[in-house]
Amino acid sequence: MKNWFKSGTPWVWLNAGAISICLIMVIGLVVLIAARGMVHFWPVNIYQIQYQDDKGEKTIVGEWVDTVILSAAQAKEAGYPILNNADHLEQRLIKTGNRDLTGRDFLWIDAQYLKNEKKPEDLIKIERREWGNFYGRLKAVKENGKIIAEGDEAYPEVLPRIDRARDLYEQIEHLQKKEIGSINYALERLRLKQRRLELEGALDEHARQEITREKAEYQQSYQKIRTQIAKLNQAIMRDSLVAETGDGQTAEIPLKKVVNLTRPNAMNIGQKMAEYLRQLYAFVTEDPREANTEGGIFPAIFGTILMVMVMAVLVTPFGVIAAVYMREYAKQGFITRVIRIAVNNLAGVPSIVYGVFGLGFFVYFIGGNIDDLFYPEAAPAPVFGTPGLLWASLTLALLTLPVVIVSTEEGLSRIPKSVREGSLALGATKLETLWRIVLPMSRPAMMTGLILAVARAAGEVAPLMLVGVVKLAPTLPLDGNYPFLHLERKFMHLGFHIYDVGFQSPNVEAARPLVYATSLLLIMVIIGLNLFAINVRNSLRERYKALDN
Amino acid sequence: MTEIIEKHMTEKQHPMASPAYQQWRLLKDKLAAYGVRGGGLGVIVAIVLIFFYLLYVVYPLFVTPSAEPVKTYSVPALESGKTVFLSMEEQNEIGARFTDTGHIVFFRIADGQPIKEDVIPLAENQIITSFNHGRLDKGVFAYGLSDGSVIVVKTYYKVTYPNDVRLITPEIQFPLGKQPIQLDSEANPLTRLTLRLGEDESTIIAATADGRLMMSRFMREESLFSDEGSFERTNTALDIDASQIAFMLLDKEQRDLYLANRNGDMRVFDLSNKEAARLIDKQQVVNEGEISAMEFLNGELSVLMGDTKGLLSQWSLVRDEHNHRSFELIRSFKVSDHPIIQISPEQRRKGVMVADDSGVIAIYHTTAERELIKRTLPTAASMLSLSPRANAFVAQTIDGKIRFWHVDNEHPEVSWKSIWGKVWYESYPKPEYIWQSSSSSNDFEPKYSLTPLLFGTLKAAFYAMLLAVPLALMGAAYTAYFMAPEMRKLVKPTVEIMEALPTVILGFLAGLWLAPFVELHLLFIFSIFIIVPLAVLGFSWCWQYLPKTLRQSIPAGWEAAILVPVIILATWFAFLISPVFESWFFDGDIKMWMNTNFGIGYDQRNALVVGIAMGFAVIPTIFSIAEDAIFSVPKHLTVGSLALGATPWQTMIRVVLLTASPGIFSAVMIGLGRAVGETMIVLMATGNTPVMDLSIFQGMRTLAANIAVEMPEAELDSTHYRVLFLAALVLFVFTFVFNTLAELVRQNLRNKYSSL
Repeated sequence: MKNWFKSGTPWVWLNAGAISICLIMVIGLVVLIAARGMVHFWPVNIYQIQYQDDKGEKTIVGEWVDTVILSAAQAKEAGYPILNNADHLEQRLIKTGNRDLTGRDFLWIDAQYLKNEKKPEDLIKIERREWGNFYGRLKAVKENGKIIAEGDEAYPEVLPRIDRARDLYEQIEHLQKKEIGSINYALERLRLKQRRLELEGALDEHARQEITREKAEYQQSYQKIRTQIAKLNQAIMRDSLVAETGDGQTAEIPLKKVVNLTRPNAMNIGQKMAEYLRQLYAFVTEDPREANTEGGIFPAIFGTILMVMVMAVLVTPFGVIAAVYMREYAKQGFITRVIRIAVNNLAGVPSIVYGVFGLGFFVYFIGGNIDDLFYPEAAPAPVFGTPGLLWASLTLALLTLPVVIVSTEEGLSRIPKSVREGSLALGATKLETLWRIVLPMSRPAMMTGLILAVARAAGEVAPLMLVGVVKLAPTLPLDGNYPFLHLERKFMHLGFHIYDVGFQSPNVEAARPLVYATSLLLIMVIIGLNLFAINVRNSLRERYKALDN
Repeated sequence: MTEIIEKHMTEKQHPMASPAYQQWRLLKDKLAAYGVRGGGLGVIVAIVLIFFYLLYVVYPLFVTPSAEPVKTYSVPALESGKTVFLSMEEQNEIGARFTDTGHIVFFRIADGQPIKEDVIPLAENQIITSFNHGRLDKGVFAYGLSDGSVIVVKTYYKVTYPNDVRLITPEIQFPLGKQPIQLDSEANPLTRLTLRLGEDESTIIAATADGRLMMSRFMREESLFSDEGSFERTNTALDIDASQIAFMLLDKEQRDLYLANRNGDMRVFDLSNKEAARLIDKQQVVNEGEISAMEFLNGELSVLMGDTKGLLSQWSLVRDEHNHRSFELIRSFKVSDHPIIQISPEQRRKGVMVADDSGVIAIYHTTAERELIKRTLPTAASMLSLSPRANAFVAQTIDGKIRFWHVDNEHPEVSWKSIWGKVWYESYPKPEYIWQSSSSSNDFEPKYSLTPLLFGTLKAAFYAMLLAVPLALMGAAYTAYFMAPEMRKLVKPTVEIMEALPTVILGFLAGLWLAPFVELHLLFIFSIFIIVPLAVLGFSWCWQYLPKTLRQSIPAGWEAAILVPVIILATWFAFLISPVFESWFFDGDIKMWMNTNFGIGYDQRNALVVGIAMGFAVIPTIFSIAEDAIFSVPKHLTVGSLALGATPWQTMIRVVLLTASPGIFSAVMIGLGRAVGETMIVLMATGNTPVMDLSIFQGMRTLAANIAVEMPEAELDSTHYRVLFLAALVLFVFTFVFNTLAELVRQNLRNKYSSL
């Protein structure tokens, strides 16, 4: 034993254990998020359970969500009675929905009071635009208040009607958001134009008439759309359904409010698969509902991608130039040492400090001055003097600059000297060598740096909270209104979405699966980008090794 | 021949060979060199810009405030009587001079021109015997009359914008009616009075010439028919001897009454019982000299006293643990050696201006314990008024002039002591470190102590490093030195991905998954730290006795892979065994057991959770750099050591680690920098309460999280905004020092390796 310790073998094993623990932690974390995030869309069975505690018996309908096992002592401390001297207490969380009727979405129940559970095929789950899900049974379908189908006939009758209502709803949404939105935008631009002319003293009678005329035109088309919407609204209100909850209450739900109606217990595996994919698609492409706790995350995906793209445009040239300077132009010595220290510090400064700097310098200082110089007509409302997409991208560009520099520099350093010397010997200038030979060769390295920068920016949240991300942006920063890309607008972001929905939302329990799903998406994107970058880098190394020989 | 060649060349010259083009090439080359140099140096500019911009925003916090005279003019409407009080309106446009004959002279502050003069309606037999103000920001004043009655007036400045120009019109109102209110039924003159008007309830207290103390309370009665509700009035004669009273103050709650004699006998009464006043405390508040002025500090929780020896002191009712209040000295400022004649508190901050009888005027901030401005007027002041925004004051001097000064004093709240030291805040039993920045009310005393935030930052970083340093360094040593190259190719990218994981996801998992899990399975978490290492050791002990064929089927350097199932099994075992241990040794619930036996409280989002989550985030940072340093230790050193008969482990400890130690040091430094600046994990995994508690089971608030929480709501250029920038600057400097140190060490190490 003593010799064994003296040989140092146990310590080597312990060291090996440390790296094993790290690996287990990473993989465990990814698996945890993947498992929790992926099940969110799976249509799970709805159970009807009989529950009897000291207050009496009741019927509960819903989906199982979670189980917690408390030891007897813990249960006693929390004040839960334990039957039959059991050594533990099992508590289960069931999602009962019907928040409009009961005031809550979830219910903790003690498993010891559970009498039986069934999963009848006729239980339905209705996703609604308001008040969360509805669980129960479909009783009847109504058209203009008259029942047209009841009992078993109701289900086949209601499905096409839901499709119709959804279709109408989308039309209304389109009119309201796109058409009216662009009219409002045009009117606002007119107002600013008028104000600008006023400030310049150029608002003569002619201009005034022109503006009034344009305004009247917009008003007219606005009225037209309003009547269209009113018509559609009437059409959509035609149908409704009557449903019964587990404990026998009936509720009438207008189909306008219904997003989706399913009978998960009656589905076979193929149907469940199809439903899963449909849900997944909706998650990625739809707007959020109910204070972000339901619906999709499309604006967050869109905002993240756009922000990252603007950032990439900003960061790449600067990062590459800095790296080129350090490798190709600067004499290795004091200056490069200082630059290296600066790069390391840029990489090491806490991201929140970038946020503070971005807010103070970009938003208030530069943005405020831009407003004073170019947008006097908008005052006192700020245009660029408020957090927005451009400032967020710029801040993150600064934050990811070291990533691009380090990676490009590594690529440049691996290009054999002989290549450069050959080019110079043939009479090319330094710039030509750089532009025609060196940079094209190091393109994969730059690419690696850019991808890593993008991955970093996509996951960064703290600085964005200060310089432009909001929990709910009314408009996307890219739309059909001139000038199409609105760099001054605020935007939504996946990482911030996770923070906001997970921690700031009023209904954390309901939103949690959504947060896991969002996390999974984000983590997959980031891992994917990183793996890609690592691959590019490795193949690059191999190639240059071959060149060297 | 040469001619021919030349001719040939010029004639058939390729366009790219022309001299102009060649020059253009060289020019491009030169321009590019400048451009690239600019871009390269831009990196230095960026980091310097960040530092200096932060400094630029923080700098005004430490600027010495200034005051300068603007205008001097004669006292307006001198014939209307002697000044008993001066006041200013918010925009510093109009001042009001209250005289001993009941005139109120409104004058333009810029040049002293009288604008308007109002007179208190007095009957023939009434003369003014006393005067006092109510809350200064409400503009309420009261005159005590010789027949035992009181008139309450209110100045009101109406702001209109005719032709888009601001016009301020002063008015006076009588909030309790134009008729004098008979306070003393025996019609003795009122020598001192104090009053507070509230929304529903108002109180006037006055001392009569024969030493009685009369109190009148007004309750507003809701009237259905008019806005002018009527008042129900109750008169009480308080059972307090008032014959010696020189100063009298009633707080805004109309509950605490402060009475003082000239010689410093201070009595504080509780008036919450309407019938009888209860004595709270009695103190001698001056040691030598006499009290010469007394006012409330803004918020009316502290009393400011000036004495004839030139000392300004702040006293406050302090509540002890038995909920008993006593009147105690909080702090004092030495103004001069002359009697203080007037105290003029700021109306929106905890600042105060004082004047003594030799012409010294000074502005202090109580919380910051800072003397902001001290000037001497050419002649002594007799009356002083600080404007509501505290950016100007007027002083009447004994030569019959009014002097109007501007004051530039934006951030008096901040001093070295108020940011880092213990400060005795109002309503706190003792000096403490507190961060509590925002409140909607002007009366609030902002508490800008960064100490609890710095403490929280270091605490979070400490627990994170406690987990991360051993795991990362041990892992790095193994990966760099013992691990098979094939496995290393898998491990390195995994760790890189670990580094790339967004901290918002780690924070979210820590807050919503790990924290409840740890709360439920606390003993399991602790048992992992013991059981897993033991299991690894145990397994390695058994390993040597396994059949050789089995051992040899696994190549050297794959120990870490074999250990994965071992560790998972050990963890699972710990999970199974820990409830059993918990019921054997800790009565089934370790949290309750700790609480009852040791009084250790448990917060769900605590340092343990943060330590695990942030440790996870820091491991890859430390690992990568340390692994790099260990891996690039020159091979001939290790080979030499092994050749001399050292075991691999001895080589590792004595040669490799020693050589790579600067690199390991810099890895730890950079990891620490990352832990200190990490925002999202602490934001989500702690309760964000700025407490100073070392316990691993309590939460904290860090500098970074604090910025993230409060920055969006901080008003631009306010003190709060600048203090948050200061917090960012502290973080910047902190990480700058660590990173620079680490980078220098690494550069030296690289040079050393290349020379070896």
